[in-house]
Amino acid sequence: MMKFIAKRVAQALIVIFLITCITFLLMNLVPGGPFLSEKSPSPQVLAALEAKYGLDKPVPVQLKNYIVHALQGDFGVSMKMQKNRPVGTIIMEMFPVSAKVGIIALVGAVLIGVPIGCIAAYYRGTWIDSALRVLTTIGVSIPGFVVATVLLILLGSTWKLLPTVGLTSWKSYIMPCFSLAFYPMCYIGRLARSSMLDVINQEYIRTAKAKGVPTFKIVFKHALRNAFIPVLTYLGPLTAGILTGGFVVETVFNIPGLGRYFVQSILNRDYPIIMGTTIFLASFIVTMTLVVDILYKAVDPRIDLAKGGSR
Amino acid sequence: MRIHKFFGVFPFPTWQMDVDGVLGQQTYKDDDFEKAGADEKESFIEMKPSLSYWQDAWRRLKKNQVAMVSLFIIILMILFAFVGPLFYDYDYTTQFRGEENIDPNWRYPFGTDNHGRDLFVRTMFGARISLVIGIVASLIVLVIGSTYGAISGYFGGRVDDIMMRIVELIYSVPDILVVLLLSTALKPALTEWFNTSTSQLAKALSVLGPSLIAIFIAFGLLYWVGMARIIRGQVLMLKEQEYVTAAKALGASSSRVIRRHLLPNCIGQIIVTTCLQIPAAIFLESFLSFLGVGVSAPLTSLGSMSSDALGGMYTYPHRLIIPATLLSLLILSLNLFGDGLRDALDPRLKK
Repeated sequence: MMKFIAKRVAQALIVIFLITCITFLLMNLVPGGPFLSEKSPSPQVLAALEAKYGLDKPVPVQLKNYIVHALQGDFGVSMKMQKNRPVGTIIMEMFPVSAKVGIIALVGAVLIGVPIGCIAAYYRGTWIDSALRVLTTIGVSIPGFVVATVLLILLGSTWKLLPTVGLTSWKSYIMPCFSLAFYPMCYIGRLARSSMLDVINQEYIRTAKAKGVPTFKIVFKHALRNAFIPVLTYLGPLTAGILTGGFVVETVFNIPGLGRYFVQSILNRDYPIIMGTTIFLASFIVTMTLVVDILYKAVDPRIDLAKGGSR
Repeated sequence: MRIHKFFGVFPFPTWQMDVDGVLGQQTYKDDDFEKAGADEKESFIEMKPSLSYWQDAWRRLKKNQVAMVSLFIIILMILFAFVGPLFYDYDYTTQFRGEENIDPNWRYPFGTDNHGRDLFVRTMFGARISLVIGIVASLIVLVIGSTYGAISGYFGGRVDDIMMRIVELIYSVPDILVVLLLSTALKPALTEWFNTSTSQLAKALSVLGPSLIAIFIAFGLLYWVGMARIIRGQVLMLKEQEYVTAAKALGASSSRVIRRHLLPNCIGQIIVTTCLQIPAAIFLESFLSFLGVGVSAPLTSLGSMSSDALGGMYTYPHRLIIPATLLSLLILSLNLFGDGLRDALDPRLKK
């Protein structure tokens, strides 16, 4: 177990390091700098600006400096969007908004997706199963922005049921959270159905049936515990999906979260914010995947993690 | 009837026949039996024409109604995207001055956009670009993934360990973040290269436009790992078989064994994985285009059309809903068809 954890932590650190390097090098590949799109400043001013932000040194030195500072929690300061404010502060200000919407969506996706899968497995072969399969297949085929914009047009504009912009009341959380949760919910539904069908054929379920336990109780109590494990492994990618899905949803609904800000910083080429946010989000996702992998082992002791069966 | 014929040719001793008579049973005479004609013999042996792997798969696929409907929709979409513009009067870049922001009517079935461009033909071109991106990205994944997976599985041991460790690393990279980053950073870099370089390669690539190439590079870097894992698993299984040993004994080189013996035997898996990669690529492209880092003007895709329509979505909802619906329908039917294809090509996987 300890060996496994050590291996996974090392792997996670390597991934985070690689992403930092890739991000940094890619940002340096971009011709022109963050200053060029404004009214082109005189060469002297440009040189002074570059010296100030350390852009005049060779790339490897810049990279080393950046990593050393990042390790101390200093991701530099914003160059354009909120001039001279520390990137760390901006992230810490924006992230809670995204996290709030994200957690609601995540919990919702699991709480609705798993029962959908169980019901489909319970009624397998009937029209309920087919209907749910159609719904979930459609759900994993519709891009998030389509769900978000169609909801916005129908519920927000045509029928005027829900507020369309910002996060003012609890009502304004409904549409963003639903658009964010729809894809993972359907994915979890499919996952839960197939793993439930695997579990249902096992011996202990037959024993329970022979004992006379009602089918409903077998599905939702005995089988669910084991059928939930594949869903648990999906939680890592799910976190990533919800965070990145936030880019679209926050843009569509004008939510002042980190996702929308990241997209804006990309369009504005604000290097420090792009790098800081990428590294922050990537580390977050990698850490979540790591935690889920370890949890996986804790939940099901049969899984031999030392053999690298992390997924 | 057939039993009679059988006994008819069987050399029974006559005393046994007498026993039948004693027991009061029917005694058979020679003319009770009649030799089977050639026709009857033939009808006795049930012969079915032997089906090749593909015929068998096609037979199974034809029975799957969902997959067939999806295939029909996909063919319609391909015709719409590739043949449609040939029979249409307007070009997708032509701007009709004074006819901006027109609602759908007989002249412009989907209306015009705020530059006066006909949206019907733009939708056709958008669908074309989306399809092309899906297919090319999947081919990239196919080539890199199957080569990598086959090499890793075939050589095994230390090579396999290292190669799979790399796959594991790439697997845990948050893909969307990196793709977003790649297309952001590569777009200006490629644009500059196109403008300055005079080489043939740059010219050929500049036809595609920087954003498309950035997306393809992203696919080539990140998305082949799934394919590589599947092919590796197959190769690990197949390489123990006798025909591989035979090929090796005959002196075939490793690359020949992989190319001629191992990969052709994974063909079902390769096709299914490639097929399911197409909707994934279209999905990703629409995501990027919607955020404004994907396909850019004058080219268009279904994703970037939706993105363009976002500004006026309350006034002109049809501009958003048409490409969005087509996009969803396309991805849905590709997914369903891919699922059907998997069931048809590899019935063991069916749940």
